[in-house]
Amino acid sequence: MRIISKWSVAATLITLCATDVLAQNSEQDLDALRTEVAALRGEYEARLAELERRLQVAEQNARQANQPAQVPAAASSTSQSAFNPAIGVIFSGNAWNHSKNPDGNDIQGFPYGGEAGLISEGLSLGETEIDISANVDDKFTAWLTLPVAIEDGEAVVEVEEAWIETTALPAGLSARFGRFFSGIGYLNSKHLHAWDFADQPLPYQVFLGDQYIDDGLQLRWIAPTPLYLELGAEIMRGERYPAAGADNSGLGSYSLYANVGGDAGNSSWLAGVSHLDVSAIDRPSGPEDEPALFTGDAAVSGMHFVWKWAENGNWKQRNFVLQSELMWRSEDGMYTLPGSAPLAYDDTQFGWYMQAVYQPFPRWRFGTRIDALSADNPGAQFAGTLLEVPVDDPMRFSLMADWSNSEFSRLRLQYTRDEASRLHGHQFGLQYIHSIGAHGAHSF
Amino acid sequence: MKKLTAILLLAMLPFAAHADLRVFACEPEWAALAMELGGDHVTVSSATTAYQDPHYIQARPSLIAAVRRADLVICSGAELEIGWLPALLQKANNRNVSPGASGYMEASAFVLRIGATGNVDRSQGDIHPRGNPHVQTDPHNIAIVAKALGERMAELDSANSALYESKLASFSTRWATAIASWEERAAPLRGLRVITHHNSWVYLEKWLGLEEVANLEAVPGLPPTVSHLSGLASRFRDGGASFIVRSTYQDEKSSQWLAERSGIPAVMLPLTVGGSDAATDLFTLFDDIIDRLLGALAK
Repeated sequence: MRIISKWSVAATLITLCATDVLAQNSEQDLDALRTEVAALRGEYEARLAELERRLQVAEQNARQANQPAQVPAAASSTSQSAFNPAIGVIFSGNAWNHSKNPDGNDIQGFPYGGEAGLISEGLSLGETEIDISANVDDKFTAWLTLPVAIEDGEAVVEVEEAWIETTALPAGLSARFGRFFSGIGYLNSKHLHAWDFADQPLPYQVFLGDQYIDDGLQLRWIAPTPLYLELGAEIMRGERYPAAGADNSGLGSYSLYANVGGDAGNSSWLAGVSHLDVSAIDRPSGPEDEPALFTGDAAVSGMHFVWKWAENGNWKQRNFVLQSELMWRSEDGMYTLPGSAPLAYDDTQFGWYMQAVYQPFPRWRFGTRIDALSADNPGAQFAGTLLEVPVDDPMRFSLMADWSNSEFSRLRLQYTRDEASRLHGHQFGLQYIHSIGAHGAHSF
Repeated sequence: MKKLTAILLLAMLPFAAHADLRVFACEPEWAALAMELGGDHVTVSSATTAYQDPHYIQARPSLIAAVRRADLVICSGAELEIGWLPALLQKANNRNVSPGASGYMEASAFVLRIGATGNVDRSQGDIHPRGNPHVQTDPHNIAIVAKALGERMAELDSANSALYESKLASFSTRWATAIASWEERAAPLRGLRVITHHNSWVYLEKWLGLEEVANLEAVPGLPPTVSHLSGLASRFRDGGASFIVRSTYQDEKSSQWLAERSGIPAVMLPLTVGGSDAATDLFTLFDDIIDRLLGALAK
């Protein structure tokens, strides 16, 4: 508009000068001149308005230049940063209270595996996770998860996940290779920030060390049917709990799984079965300083069922999720306990959990969970050791309430009555999970 | 032998007749458009209904199965479906509809988007840096997307391309006539001020010359807060706007609360096909939107 007013001023000045010089001329000439100047001014203003409008459109188009469909030329930009991968960081931390001293507490008969264990007492930083992902080219996509954990006061960066996945295989197939969460079970491949409780259910803690991650190759197939059917097969190195030692020339474990699912009114469901077969060489479990070492074959089989409901299918307002998993672990081999000779072990243990989470209105969710383990005694040779199965089945009962200001921030309150670990106590905890940057879409 | 051949041919017939184009639409408006342009030659499914907030959808198994079988995926784009569509595409293992393939289309990529901004921060709420994705509320945008979608369908199902071309031509003519009649009917709405629940209506406002003066959501995408609503109640104590607009899937409590305190009528508008009893297709969708606005004005 400023340009237009300049023109108006100029036009007015011309008009004034013209009026001065031609003061003696007749009224008629003056009027003609005035009309001419006015017409000129009108014409310029119209042209300026047209130019301004074109400028506006050009500006708007320029703002949208990052959009390939409209401006394909943008692809020829020399800027390397245009290809930066999506980066996200997830922050988490806990304030936890145990009614009894949690140090050295394990579950009698069912030693914790891998990363599993009780949440640290007091204030603690949870896992800080850096996620980096991008398409590699038109046929591959890549994902990297770098958790930064605090171990004995030192920050330790791990490579939790580093995988490449195909995006252009035919016939509903895809292959993933590198290091990844195995596709077995329902919770195994869920990232910590997507859990509904601050800790994993007991069968995951004991049988899978919270989650089974290993290096390997995964093949997935989706059937071309109206009913969802997914089949998956994995071959892995066999380095991580419940495997150990990368047996069989570094092909120490394999798994198979199948999932089916569909809709029923405003509900959706998913059901699946899975089987993981591993071999282990000197695999530690239980207390870190005095672990039980297992050498032999282990298999974890499971089935899961998840049912999700939302009013009118509108997830944002009101929703309800019911989920349950059953798991069996069979181990056949030798356990070496601190200060004793290897003992033959051949037993099957059972674990399960069931949980329900309800969101009555946006932002707030309330949940409850029960999880338990049971097994027959592995034999007299284990009497008085960590592996002697107690008379009462280990069991826990938990309640949680969480509040999410947006999908990027969550504060959670959790109570657990713990009749699983030896302490048989109560736990109260507060947890926060926040994320910044890119945030991948969540799976069902 | 002849009999056997005949039986075999008969058995194959259903497959031959089933040379359909399977279209997976993220939202009902694009499903409706695909049906207008494809008729009997397409099988269309929609991932969402008008009763669902398309920002928040579960990447559920039935949708993965539908994407797996789709020949064409059409979505609003501009990050509206960022919370679930990438998970569907990743799980479905269908290379024909992955972004970049000819079987993948984002409607908002074809129109001039409002509110595109380079620099965003999540403190501003659930905003879309590539512009407002609710482009379907301006029928001129639908016309542009129809052309792109019709051409894409003709390309993907080239055996029936003539049919798609004639359907597109017929739709475009009927649509242009409809737009002219809507614009004539909606003339009394020009210049009126509106309060909206979420900024889902910017394209409709631009089209009809409405002026958006406030949102019920203090921050886009987050539920309206009590303090923000009280602020609006005192600001609009003596009127100052003609409508309080919400979409089918938005909770009516907030707009009703403000309507009682300000005397401004609360109006539910279908954001997409199926959002009201009358909005059964794209034509009746805009009929109903204008009916409802004019009806509220007459009160």
